[in-house]
Amino acid sequence: MNTYFLQVFNGISVSSIFMLAALGLAVTFGLMKIINMAHGEFIMIGAYAAYIIQNIFSRYLPASIFDLYFFVAIPASFFLAGIFGWVLEKLIIRHLYGRALDSILATWGVSLVLQQLARSIFGAPNVDVKSPSWLNGALLVLPGLQLPYKRLFIMLLVIACMTAIYFLMYRSNYGRKIRAVMQNRAMAASLGINTRKIDACTFAFGSGLAGIAGCALTLLGSIGPTLGTNYIVDTFMVVVLGGVGSLWGTIAGGFLIGTGNTTLEFLTNATLGKVLVFTLVILFLQWRPKGLFTINSRSLDE
Amino acid sequence: MKIKFLPKMKKSVIFALTALFVSSAFLSGCGSSQASDSSGSAGDSKDTIKVGVLHSLSGTMAISEVSVKDAEMMAIDEINAKGGVLGKKIEVVTEDGASDPAVFAEKAKKLLQQDKVATVFGCWTSASRKAVLPVFESNNGLLWYPVQYEGMESSPNIFYTGAAPNQQIVPAVDWLVKNKGKKFFLIGSDYVFPRTANKIIKAELKSEGGQVVGEEYTPMGHTDYSTIINKIKEEKPDVVFNTLNGDSNVAFFKQLKDAGITSKDLITCSVSIAEEEVRGIGADNMTGQLVSWNYYQTTDTPENKTFVANYKSRYGQDRVTDDPIEAAYDAVYLWAAAVEKAGSTDVDKVKEAAKGIEFKAPEGNVKIEGENQHLWKTVRIGEVQPDGMIKEVWSTPEPVRPDPYLKTYDWAKDLAD
Repeated sequence: MNTYFLQVFNGISVSSIFMLAALGLAVTFGLMKIINMAHGEFIMIGAYAAYIIQNIFSRYLPASIFDLYFFVAIPASFFLAGIFGWVLEKLIIRHLYGRALDSILATWGVSLVLQQLARSIFGAPNVDVKSPSWLNGALLVLPGLQLPYKRLFIMLLVIACMTAIYFLMYRSNYGRKIRAVMQNRAMAASLGINTRKIDACTFAFGSGLAGIAGCALTLLGSIGPTLGTNYIVDTFMVVVLGGVGSLWGTIAGGFLIGTGNTTLEFLTNATLGKVLVFTLVILFLQWRPKGLFTINSRSLDE
Repeated sequence: MKIKFLPKMKKSVIFALTALFVSSAFLSGCGSSQASDSSGSAGDSKDTIKVGVLHSLSGTMAISEVSVKDAEMMAIDEINAKGGVLGKKIEVVTEDGASDPAVFAEKAKKLLQQDKVATVFGCWTSASRKAVLPVFESNNGLLWYPVQYEGMESSPNIFYTGAAPNQQIVPAVDWLVKNKGKKFFLIGSDYVFPRTANKIIKAELKSEGGQVVGEEYTPMGHTDYSTIINKIKEEKPDVVFNTLNGDSNVAFFKQLKDAGITSKDLITCSVSIAEEEVRGIGADNMTGQLVSWNYYQTTDTPENKTFVANYKSRYGQDRVTDDPIEAAYDAVYLWAAAVEKAGSTDVDKVKEAAKGIEFKAPEGNVKIEGENQHLWKTVRIGEVQPDGMIKEVWSTPEPVRPDPYLKTYDWAKDLAD
């Protein structure tokens, strides 16, 4: 019985990880329609930011406050990845709006550059980020049924990020501007919105979210130059399945793929489980090419 | 919100992705090469002997192969400092295999045909070795391969300085059955090495009265092991035999610990995790777990003390040495000894001379077995310590004869084909 409970928990946990990794992409790909192949590398930047903060704490600060490094690491990951995103937007992306194919190639090139940059700075081998001790261990629900704190923490972090995005996008002046620019750029510009600035900030925000994901993923996985490539396919799948441009879609997509992955993996094996998930997603997209949540638009060119 | 281009762009996306993969092959094809500019002179020229070093310096495998390349460069520089081989300095042509077997094959061809190197030290994955094998055989080149592998191979143009299965996996399983229990759970990455290794393990367990209660493979780069750990919990094995490779090991051990399983509850034995990998996983995540190799940084020989000290002073005090690093270092010395004995860099003469050559390696004495061009090696089972070093808990009294096809084991009769 415990096995099944634990499997349900695993499903939700993997879903939350997918959602977290895909959140940034939901902004850059979903809202801005940029196919950013370097999304995984922003996750990697976030992970290395956590590594840097950890090293600063262990080297220069008293051991008693080491466990608090994670609270510094999360915003640091956000800002470092955000800065990289902002620079990338200013240098490359802004020349490529509406040119999807070029942006695939350019951002893929950027991803290679960033990987090699990480390799030059930190070396090729994986590095170790120690989890804060308050995240070690597990919540004992029933004898034999333990829920690791790290996975619970990631779930909370996803909820916090989702809430923050919701308020930013739908309850703030800035969010209204973003949505206006993405819906009708010309109209928004003629009403006095600085669309260049909105573009750069939005892309930086999406990249920063990827950084937070990277910071959280140090709890569960490897930290190396190619860390991002392990997540890129799944994150795109989550956003496409959920429906491009919809926050709810990303939640639903992450949940379906996460639980689907773990359930099918449990019933068959890891490789076959993945194949089945891919197949189901492809079949689903044949039926509903725009994903789970479509956004109705009155514009004529749709 | 508009989804303007999505429906229209399907075809063009496919085109772009194709372009992307083609360009990736192309880019990595012209990847960094620090080749010297000499114009196709023979490997054995007037005052230098040219050798090739072919490893992944970029891509996923760079994680492991860069250190191996470092060890080879160190050995070459040491030999040069002592006057070189046959009175000539060794000159290195480095090529980047870019973690892509196709690139490995292309670079191998370039090294043999264009640079005309006397020998090549290189490769890590079995996929890259299998890709360059026909190149070395058709050009009559010479490759020194430094990593433990799944066996069932013995090319006349390759010297294998890492362990054959009977020098790593087979003795480890035997020891585990006798000391830890008979119920095995097998977990590995989904490619040739883990699948072949597990075939061998299953045959061996059958003959020793062991039992396989689970066998799982995960795709390369798999990041979530919660489901597999759940399956392991359900089956309650005595031993988890781990042939995962690369990043997956980090995820597996971190998540195993989170699930409340330590080496006290369940012993794992890994054959792809050495000191270098332990650092990335975090020693506290796998303290007490077992590994099987021929060499550890802590191996107690005078040669090893010098080797470790030199490696650290050359590449940094925080660097560690491990089995493939040591095997790659040995390869250079063994080749040099064979060339000295043959009095020539001619491949056929060197191969003939190499038979039976011995070397006092950091791991202890090694000897080239003429019959299959593998090394006699001592087998060591080790336990991961909290400081990330590995402590030997058992070893064979003397070097074990290499047997890549497991011909001397009755239970392995049906495996070779």
